[in-house]
Formats: sequence, C-alpha cells, structure tokens
Amino acid sequence: MAATNPGTATLKAARPSASGTWRQLRTPLVYLIPAALIMALVTFYPLAYQVWMSFTDYGVIKEEGKQTLNRFGPDGQPPPNYRPAQGVGFKNYSDILTNNPQFVARLGGNFNFWRLLAFNLWWTFSNVGFHVALGILIAVLLNVEGLWGRRIYRALYILPMVLPNIVIATVWRNMFDDQYGAINQLLSMIAGAPVGIRWFNQIEPPIPGVPLPLSYYAMLIANIWLGWPFMTIVATGALQSIPKEMYEAAAIDGATGPQQFWNITLPLLRPAMVPAAMVGIVTTFNLFHIIYFMSGGGPLGQTEIMVTQAFKLVNAQQLFGVAAAFSVIIALVLIPIFLITNRISRATESYDV
Amino acid sequence: MSSVATTTTTQTRKGSTAAGRRLRWWQQLLFQALCLFIAATVLFPIMWIVSMSLDPRNIARPTELRLIPPGASLDAYRAVLDRPTANPVTFTELALNSLKLAGGVALFALLIGVSAAYAFSRFKFPGRQYMMIAVLAITVLPAVATIAPLFALLNGIRLSSSLLSIALLIAAALVIGFGLMIVVPALRASTASGGTYAVGGVALVLGLLLVYTALAPARSDVFVLRNSLLGVGIAMISGALPFAIWNLKGYLDTIPRELEEAAIIDGASPNQIFFQIVLPLAVPALAVTGFLSFAGGWTEFFLSWQFLTNPKDFTLAMALYNMTGQYAGSIPWSRFAAFSILVSLPVAIVYLLLQRYIVGGLTLGGVKG
Repeated sequence: MAATNPGTATLKAARPSASGTWRQLRTPLVYLIPAALIMALVTFYPLAYQVWMSFTDYGVIKEEGKQTLNRFGPDGQPPPNYRPAQGVGFKNYSDILTNNPQFVARLGGNFNFWRLLAFNLWWTFSNVGFHVALGILIAVLLNVEGLWGRRIYRALYILPMVLPNIVIATVWRNMFDDQYGAINQLLSMIAGAPVGIRWFNQIEPPIPGVPLPLSYYAMLIANIWLGWPFMTIVATGALQSIPKEMYEAAAIDGATGPQQFWNITLPLLRPAMVPAAMVGIVTTFNLFHIIYFMSGGGPLGQTEIMVTQAFKLVNAQQLFGVAAAFSVIIALVLIPIFLITNRISRATESYDV
Repeated sequence: MSSVATTTTTQTRKGSTAAGRRLRWWQQLLFQALCLFIAATVLFPIMWIVSMSLDPRNIARPTELRLIPPGASLDAYRAVLDRPTANPVTFTELALNSLKLAGGVALFALLIGVSAAYAFSRFKFPGRQYMMIAVLAITVLPAVATIAPLFALLNGIRLSSSLLSIALLIAAALVIGFGLMIVVPALRASTASGGTYAVGGVALVLGLLLVYTALAPARSDVFVLRNSLLGVGIAMISGALPFAIWNLKGYLDTIPRELEEAAIIDGASPNQIFFQIVLPLAVPALAVTGFLSFAGGWTEFFLSWQFLTNPKDFTLAMALYNMTGQYAGSIPWSRFAAFSILVSLPVAIVYLLLQRYIVGGLTLGGVKG
C-alpha cells in the first residue's frame, strides 16, 4: 500500500517551500486513504442519505395499515406491503417547525418544537453552569494548603467519572423512584414522616411560575453529580500552575481572600476552563442517557431534548423521514455552537510545523 | 489550545511545597466538614447500589434506606450471572456480545485512525484544514442523529448466509495479508519494533474474528446486515472513527518531533518513521483512545436497541434497560444492582488505571467527552 518511495518526499513535505501540490499531497494521502474511504462509506454517505431522506416520507405510516421498509422479499421481488418512500418537499421541516397539529397528534400530542429547543438549551446551560461553578469551588477547596486527606478526597471525587453513563442514569432513575427510591427514603428519615414525592410523574411545576417539572430537578441533581468532577480535575491542573508568589505579593499589598480569588484565581483559570466548558456544553446538549433513562422525556414530553426526540421518532414512531429532518435541524442548531467552540478553543488551528 | 496543553502537562508545582502556613483549627474543621459532605454525596449512590447488591435478603424492592447491609451474600450476583433478564440469554452471552462490539470497533477505529491522525499531525498539505474541520464536526454531531439513515441503509443490505460467509473469509484474508505485508518485510530487514508487532497482532486478531464469524452456523437463510452485531458495529464505526482520529491527533501533536527530525536526517522513510518511532511513542495514546472507544461500545445502547431483534445478539446495555424503571417488571432490584456493578467494574478499573492520560487528553484532543 504505502509503496511510494518516500525518502525524499517527506523531506520536501516537511518544508512548506517545496514546490508542487502533488508532491506535498502524496505521502499524507497514503496515510489518509484508509480512513477517508471508510468515513466516506459509513459516515459521509449516510449523512448525505439523511438529507435526501429528510425530503421524503420514508417510514411506516400506521394509518395506512401494516407495512414493511424491506425492499427485498423472499423471491427477490418487493413484498406486497412494501412502502416506497415518496418525496414530500419541505413538509417534514414545516411540520416540525410549525408544530402542525396533525403531525403532533401522530406523535402523541406532546410535541412542541420551540419548547423542546428552549428546554434543551436551558438544560445545557443550567447544567454546565453548575458543573463549572462547583468544579472551580471544589478545586479551590482541595487546593487549600494544609488540608488533611487531600489525596484521599481527590481519589474519591473522581468516582462519578469512571462509571458508565448508562449505569449512572439507571441507578439515579431507581434512586428517584417514588415508592422504593433512596431519595424519598432519605427525605423520610430526615422529615420523620413518609415522603412520597412523585419525581417523574408530577406535572405541576414545583416552583410556581417556572415552567420546569420536578423531573427536571431530579435529572439536574443526577447530572450535577455526574459532571462536576471533570471540571474539578481541569481546574486543579490549572490551579497548580498558578505561581504562589502572586498570592504572596497580593497579600503584601493587602488583598483579602475573596479579592485574591476574583482577581488572581478566576482570571488565571479562564484559559483552561473555557475549552472544558465548551466540551461540557456539547456533551450536555447531546446527553441522551440521563434524559432517556430517567424521565424518558416525561411528564407530557416536558423534559424531552432533541436527541431523545430524534431517537423516539425512529424507535417508537418509525417515521424515518421526519427523524432525518429532525436530525438535520439538530445539526443546524449545533453548527453555531460548534463554530463558537472551535473559535474559542482553537482546536483546528494549524499546529506549527 | 496551547494554554490547555501547558496547564494539563505541567503539573510540577505541588501544593504541599510551602508547608509553612498552617490552617487554624476551626478552618481545618470547616473544610473537613465540607469535604466529608461532598464525599458523602459522591458515595451515596455507589454505597446504595453496592449495599443492595450484597443484601442477603435478596430484596425485590428496597423499602427502607440501609447503606450498610445486614450481613452480605452474593446471591444476587449468582442469579444475575445465570440469567439476568426474562430473555433466554446468560450474562456470559451478553458480555461476549458487548465485548465483540466494543473490542471490534475499538481495534478497527485505532488501526484505521492512527495513520490518518499521523497525517493530520505531521504533514502540511492543501485541504488539511478543511478535512480536519470535517472530522471534528462529525465528532460534535450526536450519534443518535444519524440513526435513521444508518438503519435504512443497513436494513437494505441482505445476503444469503453462504454468500456472507464467503465475503467474510475474503475480508479475513485481506486483513491478515495486510498484517503480513507489514510484519514480514520488517522481520527480513530485522527492523521489527513494538509497533510492527502490535499492528501484526491486531490484524491477526481481527482476521481470526472474521474467520470465526464466517464459520459460525447461520441462524436463518437470509442475513440482514442491520439485524446483526456486525451491522451495529459498522454503524458505530461511523462515529467512533472520527473520534479516534481526532483524539489521536491531539495526542500525537504533543509528542516532540526531534526524534523524527533526527531520523529524517539519517535517511529514514516516512513508513520507517511511522512504524518505528511514532507508533512506539504513541502507545499510551493508543491505549487511551482504544479504551475510550471500548468504553463507549461496551455500554452502547440506542443503536443496538434499534437494530437488534434476536435475543442471542443482545448486549449488556440492552439488558440493563430491561431491568430499569417501569420495564423492570418482576426483576428484583438486588439483581439490577448486581448487574450494574458487573457492567461498570471492568470499565471503572481500567479508567482508574489510565486516569492521568485520559484527563489530559479529554481537554486536549477532542470536543466529545
């Protein structure tokens, strides 16, 4: 495969001044080809196919009776109940974006795109806000000189990171169970009377005027538990590179503890925390497991996020065309987030050769 | 990027160097109380699940909160290892399916990804920036958002089982041949290094896996690619490969290039540099990226849940979902607890071992956590 004889080629490729695009391209191309071929086949082709699907009614329409998406029957001919996809133009997009009543009814009546989007964004930023704030505070706490057992605490505090997300989500789901869950039992022990909070089923918002159901708060607690240790680790790394002399100098100048925190610690943590927060935002925006396994989007679809809705469109409703349109919309929402992330963390900026 | 690199790699200043200052006793007390409270919240769910799994009463549903169980028994583990869910599959079968998926995807993504990562990290060529942005953009897209086309496309691929076996055997021959092509010349020239052997070993394992799959008895006449572990694996590669490329590229960027420059001066070819210098230096990076891909595959849920219908193909994550919440039915929670622990333990142990490298890489390499 890599049989080009490349002794000289690299030398030239290593030097930007070397002439000829082809010469520059030849060696890297050999290394790129396997991945490029595979990605073209299993990543980019499906994405292109997805865009095509989003303009069709590909899927199973229950009102039309039993159907199959399988084009090939036992004899190689399409089975009688095979339903070929037909182009519908922008109908899928307009159904989603305008909450077409007929379409919403087909999904069970709880779908509202703009509420979904707003919840997804609020979910993301409220979680990451807690993660970063707690992460920094706990890192500062652990960085206090002379604190006993720092190593033990540091070792304990990373435990939430090492467990698989799906296990964390299912365990917290059971902990918030209204009958047998540990949270209600703990509250009962504290209150001295049986507590039966219906964490996932209560529809009325617990804080009047704030349209967030109780299940949001349950999942917020679970996800805060899951998310802050990562931020603490990043912040700890950054804290340890802040020279002690800066604090000493500030102390001599009469700066108090809080002043030192706001004027030295926070600004110097920023370069490390901003990329980490960006990672957190993208991860939390797409955090499938917590939502799907804990509330399942309930009650009444109020805690649904984009990715769980996309999965339900495929898994429960079998509306592949709509799901494809929905996924394209997810990508369009993520592009600005991605561009901002990329700009701030400068991830694709060229490595100085 | 550079700022992150410095903060994560230069952890030289230890907080304990200036031990002169001491906390006053009430400060120490306050901070200890805080730290203990945080530790309690961290440990609460873990203790809860461990104690439930060990409870000798083998409880169906916990009716009171007991973090330290009265006595201990491994009954729940025994029951779960035998038959975790209502489906006729044993734990071993579930774990084996998850292992095949996770291991296959991780190996494949590493093998293909490392050369692309090398190209991105070490060469300047026209279009590099755009290709990197394309790879990074894919890692930002949620895997769930590509499930519709992957299902439709893989569902359309149907083969008679014998044809499939032949195709798999050809693929196995290609993979093993590729491995031999790399190892044999190196052995002849006696320039074989750890990297060469690693590539050869991986190719051999993949090839044998393919042969095994090809020769395993077919379950039905028509093989539907979507409804098989192979199909789920292909769908997972769709996201795992860009992730591996991006992650490895981040690590390779941090490897100093003086050695390579010295090798170029000594007249080494790019292939020699790649196999004998870069690959051996990248072993920690390969281990971490491979582990992260493996951990993702080990608990992969939505693709397997959507694609697979045959209980013999079910994976650990699917069984876990069957044991949770309203789907749990009559499955005792003590078994759910034992099962969760058995699923988490291998991943958690390796994570703790590789922790130092992983944390550095997560902020360095990629956007996807």
